[in-house]
Amino acid sequence: MSNILEVKNVTKAYKDVTAVNEISFSIEENKIYGFLGRNGAGKTTIMNMITAQLFPTEGEIKVFGEEPYENRGILQKVCFIKESQAYPEYFRVMDVLATAASIYPNWDEDYAQQLVTSFQLPQKRNMKKLSRGMLSSVGIVVGLASRAPLTIFDEPYLGLDAVARSIFYDQLLKDYSNNPRTVILSTHLIDEVSQLLEHILVMDNGRLVMKGDLETLRGQVYTIVGDSQKVEKYIKEKEVLHQEKLGSILSATIYDTGVSKDHLKLDGLGLEYVPVSLQQAVIYLTNRSRKQGGVM
Amino acid sequence: MAKLPEDGRPIFVQIAEMIEDDILEGRLAEETQVPSTNQFASFYRINPATAAKGVNQLVDQSILYKKRGIGMFVSTGAQEKLREKRRELFYEQYIVAMIQEAKKLGITKDQLTEMIQKRG
Repeated sequence: MSNILEVKNVTKAYKDVTAVNEISFSIEENKIYGFLGRNGAGKTTIMNMITAQLFPTEGEIKVFGEEPYENRGILQKVCFIKESQAYPEYFRVMDVLATAASIYPNWDEDYAQQLVTSFQLPQKRNMKKLSRGMLSSVGIVVGLASRAPLTIFDEPYLGLDAVARSIFYDQLLKDYSNNPRTVILSTHLIDEVSQLLEHILVMDNGRLVMKGDLETLRGQVYTIVGDSQKVEKYIKEKEVLHQEKLGSILSATIYDTGVSKDHLKLDGLGLEYVPVSLQQAVIYLTNRSRKQGGVM
Repeated sequence: MAKLPEDGRPIFVQIAEMIEDDILEGRLAEETQVPSTNQFASFYRINPATAAKGVNQLVDQSILYKKRGIGMFVSTGAQEKLREKRRELFYEQYIVAMIQEAKKLGITKDQLTEMIQKRG
């Protein structure tokens, strides 16, 4: 697998805030990544640096093996759909699409038109007159139809209703299947997109608290419920993220990074296995890193 | 789009089990083609790599095999192989749990046997 993006020890510090604090990660070709974390965790700052809209204070960023700054060749390969994109005063929907078509070499006009129809976008309307949801839809059309080798969506569905979000998810998967490329979805609506993702990066307070394969993580964080003595025994040598007691019943959420398949044999022990949603797992892991004050 | 059961287990495991069930119950006959990973992905709205992981798990166990350029097919003998595998799990998953519950409720061994015979 080749890495199309390398972020090495990157820090972005402002006068009194360190928005991004010594972060390192890499991104592989043709996978869908989830960039997760609370508002203000530093997700957008990182993406602005990757797309050369901000300079890091320290560290190195390589996109397709090169520095992204003032590098036209690289920037044509990257499509960044921002949460709040500013457009020139007179721009209509069709002007935005025409501009995107001229920037991105892989632009598919037929596909763009098809998406415009699905999202019921008024082509001739001025961008300033669009609702929040329609603005988001324009971003999604550009992001998908540009077929850029690296496509980044930053909170792409602000104001989108359930139907439009559903169209987005279906189109993203379909077009990704037919035209594989790297996609980064940044969001705090974790559970809704979790099935679409292959890898996740979780940020908190400017730091990376978790990175890895989503399916692996799904098997690693789970809750055990049962008689407290039995639960105590089960969790003895495991890392406990959270526990709650009710009478003689103990519920413990475990981060089981070993390859042990202990939870498959719970029935015999009189313990119950309860799955943990990705959203909840991310909350536990975020709190864990705060307690440890740690970087990964 | 269909929904996968939200039982929290890894999605690729669920995909693999679904294919297994289809083979066991004869909905997917031996030597027939299995849906592609992209079809699974759009049907269940999951990442294609996740679907592929589930399918590949069955390829590793020789339940499915790949025909180059065409797709995945159910191997000959897959149904019998799966039956054996599931039989081994049956004791762990059902019998042990049943006996435990019966104990809790004070159901004796004889009563349990009677219940099974009545049903069977």
